[in-house]
Amino acid sequence: MLYAAGVDVGSTQTKAILIDGRRAIAARGLVDTGANVSRAAERGFETLCREAGIDRKEVAYVVGTGYGRYKVTFGDAQITEITCHARGAHFLFPTTRTVIDIGGQDTKAIRVGPAGDVVDFSMNDKCAAGTGRFLSAAAEVLDMKLDEIGPVSLKATDPVRLSSVCTVFVESDIMSYLAQDRTPPDILAGVHQSIATRTIALLRRIGMEPEYTMTGGVARNIGMVKSIEEKLGTTLNVSADSHFIGAIGAALFALERAEAAGRKDGVKVELGGWVDDAP
Amino acid sequence: MADYKGTVHEHSKRIMGAWYDTLAQAAKTGAPSAYIMITGNCVEILRAFDIAPIFPEVNALQLAIRKQSLPLILKSEEMGYSSDNCAYVKADVGYTMEGGIGKDAKIPTPNLIVCNFVGCNVYIKWFEHSAEFLKAPLFMIDVPFLREKEPSKEDITYVVAQLKELIATCEKITGKKFDIDRLREVCALSRRAEEGWARAKDLCKNRPAPFDAYFDSINMMGPINVLRGSTDAADFFDAAVQEFEADVAAKRGPLPEEKFRLVIEGPPPYPYYRSFRDLFAAWGAVAVQSTYSTVGGIWEWGYRHDPERPLESIAEHMIVHNLCNRSLLERYSQIRRYVEEWKADALVIHSIKSCRLFSAGQGDMRDYFVGERHVPTLLVESDLEDPRYYAHAQMKNRIDAFFESLEHRRIVSMSV
Repeated sequence: MLYAAGVDVGSTQTKAILIDGRRAIAARGLVDTGANVSRAAERGFETLCREAGIDRKEVAYVVGTGYGRYKVTFGDAQITEITCHARGAHFLFPTTRTVIDIGGQDTKAIRVGPAGDVVDFSMNDKCAAGTGRFLSAAAEVLDMKLDEIGPVSLKATDPVRLSSVCTVFVESDIMSYLAQDRTPPDILAGVHQSIATRTIALLRRIGMEPEYTMTGGVARNIGMVKSIEEKLGTTLNVSADSHFIGAIGAALFALERAEAAGRKDGVKVELGGWVDDAP
Repeated sequence: MADYKGTVHEHSKRIMGAWYDTLAQAAKTGAPSAYIMITGNCVEILRAFDIAPIFPEVNALQLAIRKQSLPLILKSEEMGYSSDNCAYVKADVGYTMEGGIGKDAKIPTPNLIVCNFVGCNVYIKWFEHSAEFLKAPLFMIDVPFLREKEPSKEDITYVVAQLKELIATCEKITGKKFDIDRLREVCALSRRAEEGWARAKDLCKNRPAPFDAYFDSINMMGPINVLRGSTDAADFFDAAVQEFEADVAAKRGPLPEEKFRLVIEGPPPYPYYRSFRDLFAAWGAVAVQSTYSTVGGIWEWGYRHDPERPLESIAEHMIVHNLCNRSLLERYSQIRRYVEEWKADALVIHSIKSCRLFSAGQGDMRDYFVGERHVPTLLVESDLEDPRYYAHAQMKNRIDAFFESLEHRRIVSMSV
C-alpha cells in the first residue's frame, strides 16, 4: 500500500495525518509544539507510523505545512497552511467555497475554487486580536479550561459587549465585567461574539460565498461555531477532524506527488492481474 | 540565492557614491547645498546654480538598507515623535540629532531647505522641523494637487511664479546671476536621462524582462531623481539602455528563469531589502513594472523636461508627472496600464505601516483589481524604514501561499 503524510506544525500544536493510496486516513498524530519545533514534527510523524503499524520508510512522501514547515527536516516538500487548509476542507466537504481557519495565533479567510484551489485569502496581521489566543486569554482570566468556555457561553442570557478585541486588553475588560457581577456565560458569549464579528469582517474582504467550512483548533469550540453561524445566517461545515484539516491537505498533496513521481519514474510498478491497456 | 548585481548596479553605485562625496566635500568647504524632496522635484533649478542637492529621503533609505535606522527612529520617539509618524522623518531627525549633518559630518548643513512637495502634511512638518533644527531658511513651494486629468493654466502660472522666487533666493545664496541658458542645458541633460529611463522601462515588456522594475529600479531611481540634469545621469542611462538591449537580444533576465511577471505597488522594506527580494526570486517572480519607481516622475507616457520652456516644463513635472501628486484613481489607471501593457500575471501591494497617506486606500485598490479587473493581487504590509514592522515568517507565508495559488491556476489553465 502507498502511504503519504502531512505534518502541520502550528504555533501551539503539531498535527500529523497519514493517508493511504485509497485516500483514506490511516492515522492521526497530535502533539504540543513546544520550543523544539523539529522534535515536535518528528514526534508527530512517529505517532503516525506507530498507530498505523508501519515502518517510516514505507511513507513515500511527506509534506510539511504550518509556521514550522521548514523544521519538518524529514519532509520532501513544504506548502503553506493556506493552500493545505483549502485542499483539506475541500476533501472533507467538496462544495466548500469559503474556509474560516481560526488557529492559535492567526485567523484566515480563504476563498476556494471548485477544485479546492486557493482563489483568494485574507488574514490578521501582526496582532492576535480575534484568534485562538484571545479565547485562551479569556479562559485564563475566568479560571476555566479552554474546552469548557464554548459550552458555557451557550448558557448566556444577556451577552456583554466587549470594548476591545485586543488580546491583552480583554483581561481588564473581563475583570471589569466580573466586578459588575456579570455572569461567566454572559461574558464568554461577548468574547465569542467579538471574535465572530472580526472574522466576518475578514470574510467580507475576500467575498462571502457558501458553503463555509471552519477549520483549525477553534472549530472544536461549539460556542465559536454557533456565534459565527448566527452572524453568517447559515450553518458551517465542521468535521470531527477540523483540527487536522491542514495536515489532511498536506497529506493529499504528498500522496499526489508520490503518485506523480511513481508514474514518472516507473519505480512503484506492481505486477499482478492482467492489464491490456495503459493509461 | 542569485546575485543580482550587474554592470548597471556598479555604474549606479559609482556615480551615487560620487554624489555623496560631493556632499561630504561641501560639508567641509561650505560650498552651497540645499535640501529637496524626491517627488516631482525641481533639482534642475539647483543644478543651474551649482547648488548640491541633498535628499533627506535618500539619506533615510540609505540608513535603513544599512540596517542603521532603528536606533535613530528610537531617538526621535524619545524626543516625542509618535510611533505612527513617518519612519523616514524619524530616522532623519534622529540622524540630525546624532550629529549626522554639519561641518564635521558627511552631509553639509544646507544653505536652503526647499519643500517642493506639499501633498503630504507630514513632509511639510518634516522640512519645517529641519529648518528649525539646522537654522536654515525654508522655501515652501505650494504645488496644487492634480485635481483633473490636466492642470489648469493658472496652476502652471502659479508654480512658475514660485519657481521665479526660488531662482531669486538661489541668486542671493550663491551670489550668482541666473543664467537661463545654463538651465536650458540642464533641462536638455534631464531630457536625455528621461529618454533612457523610459526606454529601459519599455524594454521590460520583453520576456524575460532585462531587469526587475521594482528591485533593480532602485539603482536607476538614484540617477533619475537625484542626479537628473547632470552628464553623469544622462551617460548612465545611455549605458544602461545599451546593456538592457543586449540582455533582451540574449533573452537574459535578472533570474535564471522568469516564471511570473509582477507589477508592484508601494515602496520596498529597505531594512529587509534583500530578504524581501529573495522571497519573490524563489518563485521566479520578476517585477516588470512598479509604481514606486515613479514617485520622482512618470516618464513612460512621454513627458520630458523641455529646454525650450524650462520653467513651464519643470512646473508640469511637479504638478502632473509624478506618482504622489495624483489621485488614487489615477494610480489605479497607471497600475491597470502596467498590468495590461507589460503583460503582468499579478499585482503585489506592499503597504507601508508608517505612511498612512499613501497606504490608505490600498485595501480598496486590492478589491478593485481582484474583483473588477480579475488580476490576482497580494497585499502585504511592513515598513520602508522601521524594521520592527517586518515579520519574516508572516511575510513568507503570505507570499508563498500567493504563488502556490498562482502556480495552481497556471497548471489548471494549461490542462484545460
